[in-house]
Amino acid sequence: MAQVTSSTTVHDVVVVGSGAGGGTVTNVLANMGVSVLLLEAGPMLNIADLKEHMWPYNVPHRGAGPKGQAYTNEPTGFTYSATYGGSQLDGEPYTVAPGSDFSWFRSRILGGRTNHYGRVTLRLADYDFKPYTTDSLGFDWPISYNDLAPYYDKAEQFIGVTGSIEGIRSAPDGIFNPPGALKAHDVLVQRACAKNGIRAVAARQAVTTVARNGRPPCHYCGQCGRGCTTASNYASSYVQIFPAMKTGKVQVIANAMARELVTDASGKVTAVSYVDKTDGSEKQVRCRSVVLAASACESARLLLNSKSSQHPQGLANSSGKVGRYLMDTVGYSMSATVPALSGMPHYNSDGYGSHLYVPWWLWDKHKDLNFARGYHIEVGGGYGMPGIGSFQGAVNRVEGYGIPMKQAIRDNYGTSIGLSGRGEMIPNEDSYCEVDPEVKDRWGIPVLRFHWKWSDHELNQVRHMQQTFRAILETMGGQIAAPGGRGGGRGAAPTTAMDTGPQPGSQAPQTGQAGPQTGLPNAPAGQPATGGRGQRAGNAAAADPNRPPISRGGAIIHEVGTVRMGDDPKTSPLNKFCQAHEVKNLFVADGAPFVSNADKNPTHTIIALAWRTAEYLAEELRKGNV
Amino acid sequence: MSDITRRDVLRRLGLTLMATGVLDRVSAEEIHHFAQAAQASNGGSYSPKALTDHEYRTLVRLTDFIIPVENGKPGAVAAGAAAWIDMLASENAQLKSIYTKGLAWMDDAMKKRDAKDFLSGTPEQQTALLDLIAFRRNASLELDPGIQFFTMARRMTVDAFYTSEIGIADIDYRGNRPQASYPEPTEAITYALKRSGL
Repeated sequence: MAQVTSSTTVHDVVVVGSGAGGGTVTNVLANMGVSVLLLEAGPMLNIADLKEHMWPYNVPHRGAGPKGQAYTNEPTGFTYSATYGGSQLDGEPYTVAPGSDFSWFRSRILGGRTNHYGRVTLRLADYDFKPYTTDSLGFDWPISYNDLAPYYDKAEQFIGVTGSIEGIRSAPDGIFNPPGALKAHDVLVQRACAKNGIRAVAARQAVTTVARNGRPPCHYCGQCGRGCTTASNYASSYVQIFPAMKTGKVQVIANAMARELVTDASGKVTAVSYVDKTDGSEKQVRCRSVVLAASACESARLLLNSKSSQHPQGLANSSGKVGRYLMDTVGYSMSATVPALSGMPHYNSDGYGSHLYVPWWLWDKHKDLNFARGYHIEVGGGYGMPGIGSFQGAVNRVEGYGIPMKQAIRDNYGTSIGLSGRGEMIPNEDSYCEVDPEVKDRWGIPVLRFHWKWSDHELNQVRHMQQTFRAILETMGGQIAAPGGRGGGRGAAPTTAMDTGPQPGSQAPQTGQAGPQTGLPNAPAGQPATGGRGQRAGNAAAADPNRPPISRGGAIIHEVGTVRMGDDPKTSPLNKFCQAHEVKNLFVADGAPFVSNADKNPTHTIIALAWRTAEYLAEELRKGNV
Repeated sequence: MSDITRRDVLRRLGLTLMATGVLDRVSAEEIHHFAQAAQASNGGSYSPKALTDHEYRTLVRLTDFIIPVENGKPGAVAAGAAAWIDMLASENAQLKSIYTKGLAWMDDAMKKRDAKDFLSGTPEQQTALLDLIAFRRNASLELDPGIQFFTMARRMTVDAFYTSEIGIADIDYRGNRPQASYPEPTEAITYALKRSGL
């Protein structure tokens, strides 16, 4: 290893990673007067770089990629979104064990994936904290809903979340700001759901519709995924970190790829060593405490790579559970062309993405179902901004050329409605990540190897989604298209970057991964076609015709659970404050501490947990306990 | 590019992008490309970079068939679709090959119909050929290369048209603008509910 440059300053807290968890810890600590050094593996975010409000013709290739890659089946890059990452990063491979299928989406930018994510903001229900108690599967959290509820409150008041008070047990109410009106397709979905005994309610999105902390209210341009120049939606970068930097308590080091944690004889972390990506040099920052928020799998990787004679299995890993119980969300999507929408008077349907969602409605009926855990439904539709590939579905259907083809495009525009199921996966012994014994990244840091397996609970849940979505869409007269897009899984070809139609709330980032057209004009955005270097090609699932089209592991980008919390140090690396049982000045504040992965998109719980962890850490620092 | 053209383009980009300040993200090279494509979409001349003059003129005619002028509303030619395709083909050897071979196939096919090349054919001859290669149901060993090429040309022409200012206005997309509130689309809801029977 090259010579290491180490500063003499000892920082109170070093935070590794600047997404939802790292951003929250940084903001909360700074506002409590604690100084923070924040390491981010990517560059600083420049608000002027956000592509909100750009038209396709503002870019010469209009989203097809600078070399027209959309037409030659090559990745186009993320032309319009604030994504800054993907499942393939140059020089940063990962591997997937034979027989497993997993893709790992990473962002390298201040704010991480919060810059582009779907902003679905759901509280865990009371029963979500005690799944083992409920059905003897999985594990209970060491905390309850009441422990986290005050932090959900704080997060909602700080961020701004749309929603309505509904009193549904599976979807606890929060402190909401007023939602936007339902769109026309939302009204059809809501009524069709009602006819099937299902209740659809206002979407809960991390968007402020009222002025808040100097942030103007949402201006309803629909381009949340490109980053918000008015900071009206939530991203940790512009909502938490930039304001925190103004306190004078925060120093950010960008382009800092953490390599390992350095410990002293007492086993405490004394420094974080990292690669300065600007020149490849090795550096160290010294600390009194460290908070890992590098994303669930990166945080696990960092612990596993922090080996020493004292910690031969990696740091905080006497239990051997670091990397274990990796979970993603179960994904499945279906869309339909709805003739009732054809010829409808056009209106500006942009809004803030989804305005309607369906909370899990059968939480008390699992004894009658052949799967143990629930899912919610995200709704997409409307007149999206035209882009590359937007109208190919209609074109492929009608073929020909000239005015008849153009009329078909016109008739089809805005008539597609998409439903995306997002379900709970039960943790299992076969889904985990570990350090690959051979492969290293461009800086010589050992990479992760993934193992993945869905159980019958998830597969049966997808079968239930299929039946339900078909019923809802057919109730409104919809003509079902082939399952498509991210979450469509097997048989679903990825679509191109721009997407004018259904954009369910937790939409995929505009992936820009060019691929063959699905024949489905408005499918939810496509999933990345391939994983990292070293990953075998193909999908094991494709070999089994009886397997429902479940999303591939990691595709929903909700990977959590690799450094879980629990009261027993023998089975959990972290205690109930997300503090390592074995290393008192080490905390984890991303999705890694999750004990289960409820059918609630993880970001809200990451923020609430991180907030709680930050307050606990500040108090422990004050008491001199860390 | 002349200085005047560059200034015009910068001003145009500036007007569009000033509100968000993204101009600095658009590289000089992109502006250069954009300038030429913009010229073409304003009815100006465009010097093809990937295709020969003959190939380019054939492609322009093809895009005119794919999205023609409709009741006086401009189509793919006014939207500069051929220039956009040529620009991408100049950056992508695979695309260039698709167009070079495909356009040659069109000329050959027209020769079999006793015309010198596609452009020299009568409108009836041109339409007769397109009516064959615009549909998968006509697949045959003889026609397959033409069908494959036309499918790509149609796909790119449709994309080029609907991502242009002209096409976005044509399809009547009303978004991408700030609003003070999100009003209920009452008229649309009434229409959809009535037709859905819900």
